[in-house]
Amino acid sequence: MAENANELSSVTQKELYKILQKTSSKKPEPLNVASNAFDGLVKGVQDIGRMQNLTQEQKKQLRKQSAEDIKSLNLTWLSEMINSEAQLREKMSLFWHGHFACRVINIYYQQELLNIIRQNALGNFGDLLREVSKSAAMLSFLNNQQNKKQHPNENFAREVMELFTMGRGNYTENDVKEGARAFTGWGFNLRGEFTNRPFLHDSGDKNFLGKTGNFDGDDIIDIILEQKATAKFITRKIYKFFVNEDVDNNRVELLSEGFYQSNYDLNKLMISIFLSDWFYEEKNIGIRIKSPVELIVGVRRLIPMELERPEAQLLFQRVLGQVLFYPPNVAGWPGGKNWIDSSALLFRMRLPQILTSAEEFLINAKDDDDVMMGKEGVDNKPKAKQVNATIDWDVVFKVFEQTAKENLLKRVNEIVLQTKNSVNPNILKRYIDNASREGFIKSAMVELMSTPEYQLC
Amino acid sequence: MLFKRKEFLQIGSLATASLMMPKFLKAFEKTASVPPGNKVMVVLQFSGGNDGLNTVIPIRNDIYYKSRPRLGIPKDKALQLTDEAGINPALPFLKELFDEGSLGIMNNVGYPNPDRSHFRSMDIWQTASDSNQYVTTGWLGRYLDAQCSGCDKPTQALEVDDVLSLALKGEKLKALALKDPKKLFNSTNERYFKELNATHEHEEAAVDYLYKTLSETLSSADYIYQQSRRHPSSQLYPATELGKNFKTISSLIMSDINTKVYYVSLGSFDTHVNQENQQKRLFTELNDAVSAFVKDLKSNNRFEDVTIMTFSEFGRRVAQNASGGTDHGTANNMFFIGGGLKEKGLLNPMPDLNDLTEGDLKHTVDFKSVYATLLHNWLGADDKEILGKKYEIMSFV
Repeated sequence: MAENANELSSVTQKELYKILQKTSSKKPEPLNVASNAFDGLVKGVQDIGRMQNLTQEQKKQLRKQSAEDIKSLNLTWLSEMINSEAQLREKMSLFWHGHFACRVINIYYQQELLNIIRQNALGNFGDLLREVSKSAAMLSFLNNQQNKKQHPNENFAREVMELFTMGRGNYTENDVKEGARAFTGWGFNLRGEFTNRPFLHDSGDKNFLGKTGNFDGDDIIDIILEQKATAKFITRKIYKFFVNEDVDNNRVELLSEGFYQSNYDLNKLMISIFLSDWFYEEKNIGIRIKSPVELIVGVRRLIPMELERPEAQLLFQRVLGQVLFYPPNVAGWPGGKNWIDSSALLFRMRLPQILTSAEEFLINAKDDDDVMMGKEGVDNKPKAKQVNATIDWDVVFKVFEQTAKENLLKRVNEIVLQTKNSVNPNILKRYIDNASREGFIKSAMVELMSTPEYQLC
Repeated sequence: MLFKRKEFLQIGSLATASLMMPKFLKAFEKTASVPPGNKVMVVLQFSGGNDGLNTVIPIRNDIYYKSRPRLGIPKDKALQLTDEAGINPALPFLKELFDEGSLGIMNNVGYPNPDRSHFRSMDIWQTASDSNQYVTTGWLGRYLDAQCSGCDKPTQALEVDDVLSLALKGEKLKALALKDPKKLFNSTNERYFKELNATHEHEEAAVDYLYKTLSETLSSADYIYQQSRRHPSSQLYPATELGKNFKTISSLIMSDINTKVYYVSLGSFDTHVNQENQQKRLFTELNDAVSAFVKDLKSNNRFEDVTIMTFSEFGRRVAQNASGGTDHGTANNMFFIGGGLKEKGLLNPMPDLNDLTEGDLKHTVDFKSVYATLLHNWLGADDKEILGKKYEIMSFV
């Protein structure tokens, strides 16, 4: 956060990583935002036992309350990302949130999946994979509840292999079929607890990735983890997220070998990335386009503020194309250049202004009919909106206390951009408020954040 | 030099657009004039899953009336199109278009293994993918890639909205979304952004990509705004969102802008409850907006050059539900409106309600074949390159 900025300048980047690692090593408290209203609804229908047996009206009520509660979960997690000391863990969790992309409107399921991810974000990938695979969220989203001995549904098995572990080209269509047979019977109850339903399970022999046996879902996950392709696929994706979209194949090969040998120890993998020299090479810095959530969190970490209407951040997410808990599909957010089009870029460049001044903004996001569920758009007419932030500028001013006037712009630039890219100082100077030191710092920060360069990290 | 530029900006001259462009892009700038008779396609998205069976009504089908005792639209209420088909009573102007031969209706359009999630099914329609494929570019975005390779303003396709749909995001280029030209112009008319853009020097790829997008946005915003002011429409449009959006589209069609595709949405058609009123409200908005638009085009002799295509992410189930609505279904109908249609009226048979899949219509036309037809026959584009595969070309345009 801004207030640590000066301390940061006295430590090396590698030491910084060790600090991050330490602050992130503690297991997080589970987030629980399911409202009393939702708990009540669920208790009221618990005798019924299964989601399918609810009446239309009960289902509708549950979905409606869930959609509301998921908004709180979104804001609660966002606030963790902004305020938590465990920055590494939250960043890694955001990575997994996109990797294990899941779009179900049920607050219990979503909250449980997020807790699994945050608990295991820097732990063991095998554990993470297994817990995610047994979560109601994923079983429901990928239709494994409908995967039965008589009528196998291959969706779950396919996506586990294609998107969560090995990636295309490392298994056959037959492996998908056989894997799906092994996963038959995996399901969940109304509370979202994992249930194994033996009467739906296909207990015949399966041929899966060259092995034969009466496999169940756990066996399939074990076999998938035995494949080096899994270590490679995950390492490559982590490399693209944390290092560079342009992958250095030899480096990923080495990293993934170590990851495999360590039995999928994520903490070790991250250490070998962050403590390497190449991670800090110029070509790997300031080349990645921040996701909308990273951008919002970044602005708020740099400038401490209280929002009178925090829900405006949900609108920002919608307008910019990344709403937590609503990935576009099981493949997650495509990221990179896909974040940027004309309107998104303009809005990104205006966001610091919107947050730091009382500037009104007039923009409407598209409706999401999966969330709206047929309710007529109440907010159809575009209305001018305001965030009303109370900013603690004093914290920011303190950071620059020791900086001489003539070095001020350079120092602000270093802190805001933290990349090799720099904005033409001649232009900046014309937009910076020179009347007071405070005004100078404020306007320099906001102007620097309102640039294309600030979109990168 | 910088001082002069600042002065120049303060005068607010629109002519500065090209000065503001980074040098490395300027080389690509071409004149963007449009030959007369420029063919235009307007894609109108019905968001939320419009109920096709209550849009084009099978007025002689007993199964329809039995499945919808409460929601079925009686034969005498529907506006009759043919012996067997009527159109929703809230769409009288579409009935007029049908009668004069400017409306084509394609029934039973869909895709194999339909998905019932709004978002996912909309993705499938917008990316023109199969239902088990995840594609990150839209079909019109890929059209834009093909049309605008090396050009400086990606204005061949525009969306009238605050936020850009996946349909218009290409691999190399992304179309512009604008609610109206003036608002876009104002939001780009920040001296700071323009000056940043003007002085940006070639750097590594990611920054350059952002500056390229910024530059395209600024120059397109100027261009679109200038164009939109050339021929202000004298036609009266309804004061609805869709009415305003069609007015914007019309003002651009009448100009010399090089835009070939416009994209606009109406919704939400997700009528699980109280369908009758909601559909009626949206159809009235549709009917009045299209009516003004068509009159405008006709009085300017441009109706022959424009085709409107409508679609929705899915139709709805044949049977009504218990709440006065319908739930998510599969295949649906599409409208084509324009003075240049080669075939009009009912383009294929009405849905066969005797032959359903678990209460849902079976598709007989793949929507990608409709896209291929419009791309190939109407826009003169390489449909195979854009859709990744050769689909059957039909003959309605």
